[in-house]
Amino acid sequence: MNASSFATSARTATNRRVESVGKTVLAGVTALLILPLTAILGLLVIRGAPALSLEFLLEAPAAGMTAGGVFPAIVGTLWLVGVSLAVSAPVGIMAGIYLNEYARANWITRMVNLAIVNLAGVPSIVHALFGVGVFVLFLGLGTSILSASLTLAIMTLPVIIASTKEALAAVPMAFREACWTLGATRWQTIRHVVLPNSISGILTGVILQVSRAAGETAPIMFTGAAFYLPFLPQSVQDQCMALSMHLFTVSTQVPNVPEAIPYATALVLLSVVLLVNLLAIAFRTYLRRNRKW
Amino acid sequence: MTAKQDVNPQQATSPPDDERKARAGSPLERVIELAIKASGFSAILFVFAIFFFVFSTASEFIFEKLDFVEFLTSPEWYPTSLSNKRYGTLALLAGTVSVTGLAMLIAVPLGLGSALFISEFTSGSMKEGLKIVIELLAAIPSVVWGFIGLAVMNPLIIEVFDAPIGLNVLNGGIILGLMSVPIIVSIGEDALKAVPDSYREASLALGATRWQTARQVLFPAARSGLLAAVLLGVGRAIGETMAVLMATGHAVQIPGSPLDSVRTLTATIAAELGETAAGSDHYQALFAVGVLLFLLTFGVNLAADLIVRGRSSR
Repeated sequence: MNASSFATSARTATNRRVESVGKTVLAGVTALLILPLTAILGLLVIRGAPALSLEFLLEAPAAGMTAGGVFPAIVGTLWLVGVSLAVSAPVGIMAGIYLNEYARANWITRMVNLAIVNLAGVPSIVHALFGVGVFVLFLGLGTSILSASLTLAIMTLPVIIASTKEALAAVPMAFREACWTLGATRWQTIRHVVLPNSISGILTGVILQVSRAAGETAPIMFTGAAFYLPFLPQSVQDQCMALSMHLFTVSTQVPNVPEAIPYATALVLLSVVLLVNLLAIAFRTYLRRNRKW
Repeated sequence: MTAKQDVNPQQATSPPDDERKARAGSPLERVIELAIKASGFSAILFVFAIFFFVFSTASEFIFEKLDFVEFLTSPEWYPTSLSNKRYGTLALLAGTVSVTGLAMLIAVPLGLGSALFISEFTSGSMKEGLKIVIELLAAIPSVVWGFIGLAVMNPLIIEVFDAPIGLNVLNGGIILGLMSVPIIVSIGEDALKAVPDSYREASLALGATRWQTARQVLFPAARSGLLAAVLLGVGRAIGETMAVLMATGHAVQIPGSPLDSVRTLTATIAAELGETAAGSDHYQALFAVGVLLFLLTFGVNLAADLIVRGRSSR
């Protein structure tokens, strides 16, 4: 650069131009990502609108699934998400507490952490294989809400463990040390100091898995979700319908479905998932604002 | 609080053992601690049960009935043929690789570009807003993506490319690309955020523009983290099931062009598991495909994990 002058040299001008072009390209690339989200939502609303009504949410499918609504699928999804979270949330949270607060830093713990990280990336269809082999056949639970929920639970478990650990690790060590110094036991410290300071983070992780469990199809396809059932499930031993499975069914398996029905089904599923996610985001924002440290 | 104390330990260290005995808690407390430990161990048990079970179901097939070379190198997958059963996965592998490859051609520039934009050129509420959009994009269930591939992309591809069918590598690749972008953006952004601010300050103080800083300082400094982000995106794309099941057609073949239909490893399991009798050769073969899939994704994820670890220990 010309050292004699601070005035804009030709080179700085070029640099500035490159910078502004680069920035514009990056902004365009990022905008490309907003596009599919809004386009998908918009399309589902527009094309699903003819079928959408209160009755669509509150009625069972009729006429070989070419008419009627998605009520049993909504009920089924609630069952699946509820039962799977009832299993994976307590076990996952306690496992997270164990790994972050109790386990010693040795090679076993490192192995376990590595396994959890990598198992979170295992494809959902492999979980489906596991569910069919272990829950449906080996344990004799058959295709039922229980089998499907346990499969979903195994799938969400590593992620809940990981997010719990992350929330616990964010509590400063000094908090624990101060408490121990006062003579508190390990559990008292966890119960009264560590958990109150990390519970929102832990719950955010769990809420995100609610939306993931509600949206998954592959793990429940062969373990408990049915194409069509004329009745609502009465217990965990029944099969059930599910929103995600229903979308797959009406868009690929059933002939002559009016176009609006799969669009409306997709819209209901997507709305549920996005609302749960927004709830988690709101929760996290609230938590960050109120953090004491 | 000083900056040093803000650095959180990975693991809570224990108070010395003798001290701990002296403060043994109430019986209730011991029960709770026992439950926590049991949960910890049972979670670990579940985790290894998956390894064990999928492998052991497939092992009878793999070790006794299978020609290993044929399984990996034959493109002939005819599990239901009456006279000539064939279990070759090459065509399925080719399906997975072609769709994943195309997806990465789309997802890597999009993902790394927007990670860079979000990390370096935005701030405040715009940054927060974009991160929320990325997060919501990641939350769209794969069956909804598959439906979009089926109902929107399919007629669009037929129209634009004058193809006989729009359910093909191109369709699946675009859908999978969009699905893998969010993970690349969020991990990539973390990697860029982890580059110390002093790097940026030093570069800017030398008169570099923000663009030059990003290209010549931040990208090299965050290289391993960005590579890990891409690998995690690959892992996600390989393992994706419903979207490719619905969007790539059902032709078991090695694709010659992006407009050919294919079937991936994941879609094969999803399409055939419901029709097989438990314990049959076909059933075990699907588990063997599951093992292959498991090893592929595990390898990719492990590589990403090791790269990140290597960086943090340096």
